[in-house]
Amino acid sequence: MSHERKLRLKTLVMVFVMMVCATTGDSLLKRGMTEIGPVSLNHTGLFQAFRLAMTSATIWFAILFLIGFMLSNMTVLSWADYSYVMPASAVGYAAVTFVGMALLGETVSPRRWIGVALICVGVFLVGQTKPSTSAVAEGAR
Amino acid sequence: MIRTAITLAIFVLSGSAGELAVTHGMKKAGAPQHLAIKEVISFLGRAFSTPWFWVGVPLMAVSFYLLMVLLSWEPISLVIPASALSYVVGTLGAKYILKEDVNGVRWAGVFLVCVGVAIVAAG
Repeated sequence: MSHERKLRLKTLVMVFVMMVCATTGDSLLKRGMTEIGPVSLNHTGLFQAFRLAMTSATIWFAILFLIGFMLSNMTVLSWADYSYVMPASAVGYAAVTFVGMALLGETVSPRRWIGVALICVGVFLVGQTKPSTSAVAEGAR
Repeated sequence: MIRTAITLAIFVLSGSAGELAVTHGMKKAGAPQHLAIKEVISFLGRAFSTPWFWVGVPLMAVSFYLLMVLLSWEPISLVIPASALSYVVGTLGAKYILKEDVNGVRWAGVFLVCVGVAIVAAG
């Protein structure tokens, strides 16, 4: 496999890991916070919410996935362009829409479909460019 | 309105500056040769000890705080789509500060992603 092909594959795998971690982490966080209930913005309410959050397994799993997102994001940026990774990771918006529709039976408005289509075409275009072009990345490899 | 516009600008700029600083730090840390656990852990050790990482994190924290402030002033359907501007600002920073080669195809992709995210986020 050529160096560029290998680099592209490695980058896409890491972007996929980022997307899975971010989507799962956000979904678990939302579920965990919903279980806790509305937070009162006063001293007692915030302390109570913090205590409940720290004893919720769902919130801890969410934190683990979000740490996974951060670490995979840092790793991929060590060789790939920021201007490649940042738009490519927006494919998560499309994934959330498909998952919401297929697994949760959510209704997706035509306007949202237009947005998802634009994101997919945009990510496809970015995916056609070289993942790494900066001189710093060349030096670090 | 002016207060919202200025805060939005600082929110987008600080967020993008933070991410560009972290990206620069990761390049300085040097990529792991292989995606093996030992090498990735070694890379993360180098990454957390680069000063650029610690420049980026507070900037991203400022951006997050300003997002909370903006959400307390304006409806989410305005704030989140407007934050999609980060894609364009971040790409400008990548081109002129990180010296990445952003060609026409990548710009077209970034523009479509920016508009798409704004539409999706508007709900």
